[in-house]
Formats: sequence, structure tokens, C-alpha cells
Amino acid sequence: MGTLINLETPRKLVPLAKQASHVASEVFRPISRKYDRAEHEYPKELDMFAAMMDGKDAGVGNAGAGAAGVRRKDATDEDRNRNGSNMATVLGVIELCYGDVGLMLTLPRQGLGNSAIASVADDRQLARFVDKWAAMAITEPEAGSDSAAIRTTAVLDGDEYVLNGEKIYVTSGSRADLIVVWASLDPSKGRAAIKSFVVPRDNPGMILERLEHKLGIRASDTANFRLENCRVPRENLLGSPEIDTEKSFAGAMQTFDNTRPLVAGMAVGLARACLEETRTRLEEAGVTVDYTRPANVQHAAAARMLVLEADYEAALLLTLQAAWMADNSKPNSLQASMAKAKAGRSCVDIALGCVELCGSVGYGEDSLLEKWARDAKILDIFEGTQQIQLLVVARQLLGKSSADLR
Amino acid sequence: MSLVDRGLQLALRSSTRLASSDVLDRLGMRQSVERGLFRATKGTTRAAAVAGRTFAAATKLTSPARQPRAQDKGLFDLTPNDEQAMLIEAIADFAATAVRKAATEADAQSETPDELLAQAAELGLGMLGIPEELGGVMAERSAVTTVLVAEALAHGDMGIALAALAPGAVATTIGLWGDADQQAQYLPPFAGETPPAAALALLEPRPIFDPLRPGTKARRDGSDWVLSGAKSLVPRAAAGELFVVSADVPGTGPALFVIESGIEGLYTAPEPAMGLRAASTGRLILEDVRVPAGAILADGDPLVFAECVQRSRLGWCALAVGTGQAVLDYLIPYVNERSAFGEPISNRQAVAFAVADIGIELEGMRLTTWRAASRADQGKSFDRETALARTLCTHKAMKIGADGVQLLGGHGYVKEHPVERWYRDMRAAGLMEGALLV
Repeated sequence: MGTLINLETPRKLVPLAKQASHVASEVFRPISRKYDRAEHEYPKELDMFAAMMDGKDAGVGNAGAGAAGVRRKDATDEDRNRNGSNMATVLGVIELCYGDVGLMLTLPRQGLGNSAIASVADDRQLARFVDKWAAMAITEPEAGSDSAAIRTTAVLDGDEYVLNGEKIYVTSGSRADLIVVWASLDPSKGRAAIKSFVVPRDNPGMILERLEHKLGIRASDTANFRLENCRVPRENLLGSPEIDTEKSFAGAMQTFDNTRPLVAGMAVGLARACLEETRTRLEEAGVTVDYTRPANVQHAAAARMLVLEADYEAALLLTLQAAWMADNSKPNSLQASMAKAKAGRSCVDIALGCVELCGSVGYGEDSLLEKWARDAKILDIFEGTQQIQLLVVARQLLGKSSADLR
Repeated sequence: MSLVDRGLQLALRSSTRLASSDVLDRLGMRQSVERGLFRATKGTTRAAAVAGRTFAAATKLTSPARQPRAQDKGLFDLTPNDEQAMLIEAIADFAATAVRKAATEADAQSETPDELLAQAAELGLGMLGIPEELGGVMAERSAVTTVLVAEALAHGDMGIALAALAPGAVATTIGLWGDADQQAQYLPPFAGETPPAAALALLEPRPIFDPLRPGTKARRDGSDWVLSGAKSLVPRAAAGELFVVSADVPGTGPALFVIESGIEGLYTAPEPAMGLRAASTGRLILEDVRVPAGAILADGDPLVFAECVQRSRLGWCALAVGTGQAVLDYLIPYVNERSAFGEPISNRQAVAFAVADIGIELEGMRLTTWRAASRADQGKSFDRETALARTLCTHKAMKIGADGVQLLGGHGYVKEHPVERWYRDMRAAGLMEGALLV
């Protein structure tokens, strides 16, 4: 007794979700198309919004991808069911990405680097980097999914680390104050030697090479950096400087258990936007979905909508499950990757399916469906591709190591 | 009222008082006390439990008894409560031992052994929807609990689960929507040791069947109703003592009618199918079956009927989830142990990713089903959530069944392994209507 299985939005978080939903419709949607066209132009409208959010210590300001971080503390009372910061953040992300994924990604001070800092920084570091906007730099030209294969190095020289290498696909790289850079203390020691370093974007030796031109999420800048004898204080290393076998890299990978549900949430929000738009368009065309009758006695477009919406619902609930487990200190690597895999592939299916159902209305630039279908694809790629998620899920289910199942 | 009925009534009255007592729960004695009670009433119920038993009111009610709903706390929560956890544990144990062992033979014989059904009844499977006043044991009405039970049981075998849960569907239907007289007449025997074989019959034998538009018709004749039509894939139809049947009432739409077996014009015929064979599915044929005015449930309210259809679909989702879990649990050791080209086949992504996909979609099926059921428990609308759970289960259950066979290769195609049965059973999840109710 005492508990009740319930998969609705937690009552206390409904106001937060509503607030985020307002931002989506009042702030994001009106400028969605503008910044899709004006790639690399900074969406200055977000500054006002961010300033507004800085005045609050909770609420939607907490809803960006990186905000709350993923510290798993104060879960002392094991019997108590918690709906905490992971749930709140994922709900905010869903609503904001219902507005626009690209704009959400470029919300000031909500970068994935902020998440990394919030998750592993010590108290002194937290104090130093508070109120900064932090991007994340992991990927290199020769190391994508295989992040343990990165070649960027960090060498201790006196009280400073000297970083050398190349980083690509840094989201918000040209706009953030800080870049959290993954580099190896000793490439011969494999993943255990990989550490993250906080590098100010304007640090000498941190050279912004170019911005990418992309299929979608154009409102969000994607930067490439070259690190050339880039020196940072040794205090900028996040976590322990020890090269501690598997443990430290596992720690870095653990961040994914909390960030993957957020990216899944992005996909869920985008998918909902597509479904709602398509539902409206279909209703205008005289097709409504009847939830009480079998799909096979309905219009083919309605039957298709049922299939797409069912995938959406599964993705949503898998995402909430993963966030809920994080809030309750339950190990959730499996569920986080399940959520990311399902949401990533479903949002692509849904977005492309909705474009198809709406015909030229979906494909043309008069509606946002075509943009969402372009935006969607990145969600099945970043923060772990579909294939990486399947590897994680399969290894967990089958009890396999990464050596057995490669 | 016969002596036998009176004896039953007395036994049930005392059991009701015991069943309402919190003391049992606090002492963790509920199950053992119930077993003892069942044993004590054995003589009386067995005498009543011959074919063609008469359903006479054993208890008088002034108003219908309804199980109360639990109050939600407004928090997202996936943890079953203590009562649910205990129940699932007992059923999972039963499913893993008795049910799974009997499954191959029950499939081959197209019949679930009586003793297995009796064991299932002893676990209280048919009583989940019976108010305590009428001998039920569950303090609260919970579709989620029924979903969890169905899931756990189907992990043993889908066909046997269907056979075991079918009477409970009828009891829950009458528990939810029966009036005082219908409840008093029909529910107490379901709380007894030998609950009647009973089935909720909605499905009809034709393509693109829509349960909201039954071909079975009910017409008024004086104060009586006269029903004609046919119902398809009715679990244990031949053994059935009580049926709840859907029929279209001209002017108001589909409605539910309670029909006792042995009535004139009611026939059954075997209707074996691709799967669910342990449930001895049969056709139910109604030829001018005349029932009294009181046989109609909920005054023929079409909204009640629509809810019944949705609640039964959730039952099928739950069976699909349980069976899907059985497939996954069987596959994992198989692909880890089966070796080809010098290493376990699970070292290959083609195999491992198929297993991962089963795990992902299965979890989605489970959560969508839970959400719909929990909304039903909270008195919220659940049409949308049910439709989505059913859509997902329809497509993914079939794929899981097919992939299960595929991953075992030739071994999957032969009866030495259960996956060929699951392939056949899983096909049912998306086309069945009725028969179960959560």
C-alpha cells in the first residue's frame, strides 16, 4: 500500500511544464523559421528570455539540456518516491522542443557542458563556473561514437595543462563562455586516461576554425575547434586527475545515463509538434482519428496516425521512466539507452511520416513540418547514435562486455 | 434458495468479514486464511458446481456494491504497491512452475487441465473485480493490478492465462456495471472455490470486425430480450456456464447481456485457432435466445459498453507484454549459448540488436499499457491511451513473436522449443476483442 502506479505528469510539475510550453509557443515558434533561414545568426530574442529566467532560481530556467546537472544526492529516504530535478528537466525539455529544438539547444547557460560541470565538478569549481554557459567538446574527426579513441592530449606543465588536438561538432561552441573538452592524459593508457577540462572559449590556443552548415537545427551553432598549446589552470580538470583503470571513464560515461533521457525528451517534444500539426491539417481535410474503433475500419491516414502516435507514446513513457529512475537513484543505463533509441528513431519516423501525410503542405516551407523533419535526424545521432544505444541495450540485456559485443 | 446455496452464503458471509479485516494483512495471514476457508467450503461449492448450476441470489443487496478506487498522490511512480507485489510474486511462481510445464501439452490437447484452473482460482485470479461485500478479496478496484496479474500469468503461457482469466472478466464486468440483483445473483459463486466457467463474448466471425457495431442483435419481445447472432473465439465456450454477450439494441446501440448456459437457442461449437489453443476457443451461437429484462447490463448504456471494449483490449495488451517477456527471457540464454563460427551468436550485432529491439519495444508496450490502466483507475479518460497501447502491442507483439522464432532458426520452428507457440499466440493480441477485462 501507499504507492500507486501512475504515469501522468507529476502534479507539482504541471506548472513548470505549462510555463515551458508558453515559452515554446510565445518565444520559440514565432522565430523558428527566421533562424532556420538565418543559419549562424545569433537569436538575440533569447537574451531577453534568458535574462528573465536568471531572475528565477527554479522553473523553466531549469529546463534546458544542461541546467540541473545530474547529481544524485539527497535520496536518503529509500522508500519515498521522488519526482525531482531529472523529471523536471526532462519535462521542460519536452515542452521547449515542442517549440523548437534548435532554439532550445542554444538557450544561454543550458549547454551540455553545464550538465557535465553540474554533475562532476567539486564545490570550488561549481562556484567558479556558476552563471557561465558551457558547451561540450568530445567528438573529433577520427573519433565519433568511439569516444575512447580521442586523440586530443593534455599534458601537465607546472600548474597548467597544455591541450593539443581538434574538436568538431561542438554545440553552441561559438556562443558559450566555456568549452568542456575531453582529452587524454596518456593515450597509451586508453579510456582511463580521458578527462574533461574546462576551457574558456577565448582562451589563447583555443581556435574557432569554422561553423557547420547543417541539415537542420540551424538555429544552433555547431563549431569546430583546433587546440594549439592551449593552456588552462590545473584546477580546470573536472573530477580526479588520477588515471584509475576503468573507473574514471565509467564516471564520464555515467553522465550519459542522465543526459540521454534529455535528448530522448527533445525527440519526444519534436514528435509531438509534428503529430499535433498533422492532426490539425488532417482534421481540416476531414480525417479524424477515432481512438475507440479498430484502425482497420478507419481512413488509412488515421490508421497511420495511430501507429505514429503509439510510437510517440512509448518514447515519452520510456523517457519519463529513465528520468524517474535517475531521480530515485535506481541504475538506469539500460532504460536511458532504451529511451534514447526509441525516441530517436521514432521522432524521425514520425516527422517524415507527418510530412508524407500532409503532402506538399508538409514538404513546403509554409508549414514547419519540413523543418522539423530535418531537425529530427540529429536526435537519432548525437548523444549516442541509434547503433550505440542498441549496443548499450544489448550488452546490458545479454550480460556482455564491450569486448564480446563490439 | 437451496440448502446448498444457503451453506455457500453462510461461508461467504464469514469470509467477507474476514476478507475486510485489516488484521489479516497486518499479520501477513491473508493467503493462508483464504486457503483454509476455501477448504472449509469445499463440500458445498463442489455440489453446486456441476454443469448447469443455477445462479440464485445468495446475498441481498439494496444497491450495487462497487470496489472503491485508490487515491493517487499526483506523483509519477512505477513501483507496484505491497499488495500488488505479493500477488505478482505468487502468480509469477505459479506461472514459472505449473503453467509453463503444462503449456506444451495444453496446446497439443487444446485444453487446460481442470486442476490447473482450480489452482489458478485458488490464487484468486477470478476475484480481482469482485467487491468485498460479495466475497471479493481486493480492497480496491484496480485495472493496473489486473494488468500486472495478466502479465505475470502470460509469462507462463498465453493460452492457459486466457483460460484462467476468462471467468474473472465476467466477474469484473458484473462487479463494475451490474445492478444489485445481477451482482447478488452472479457474483458470489465467482468468489467460491470452483468459480463457474464463464466468458465475455464480444468478437464476431467476420473481417474488419468493429466491436462497437456487433452483428448480434437484441430485440424486445414484451419485457424479454431476444438475441440472435454468433460470437467467435470464446474461451472455454463448451464448458461455459455463464456468458456476457454483446448485442446491438436497435435505437440505442451495443449493449451487454448476461446469459446462462443451458438456455434454449444457445449453442457452442469448437473453433480451434492458430494459437490460444489451451483456452479451448469456441463459437457461441445464439438463435432467438430469450432472456428476461434483467439480463441487460447497465441499462444498455453505450458508454459502459465502449469502456468494456477498451478494458478488454488492455487485457490483451497485458497478455502480449507477459508473453513478450517470456520470449525475451527464453532468447537471452539461447543466443548466449548457441555457438556459430566459433563464438556465441549473441556476439554478432545482427543477433544482439534484434534482442535489444525486443527489449525496447517490450518496455514500451508495458509502459503504454500501464498508463492506460492507471488512467482508468484514476477515473480519467483512457480511450486514447488504450488505443495507443493496443496499436503498439498489435505491431510489436507480432514482431517479437516472429523474431523469437527467427533467432532460434530451425530450432524456433519445431515444437521442441516454445517459441513457435508464442509466434502463434502473439498474433492474437491485436485482433482479439473481449474475453479479458482489466
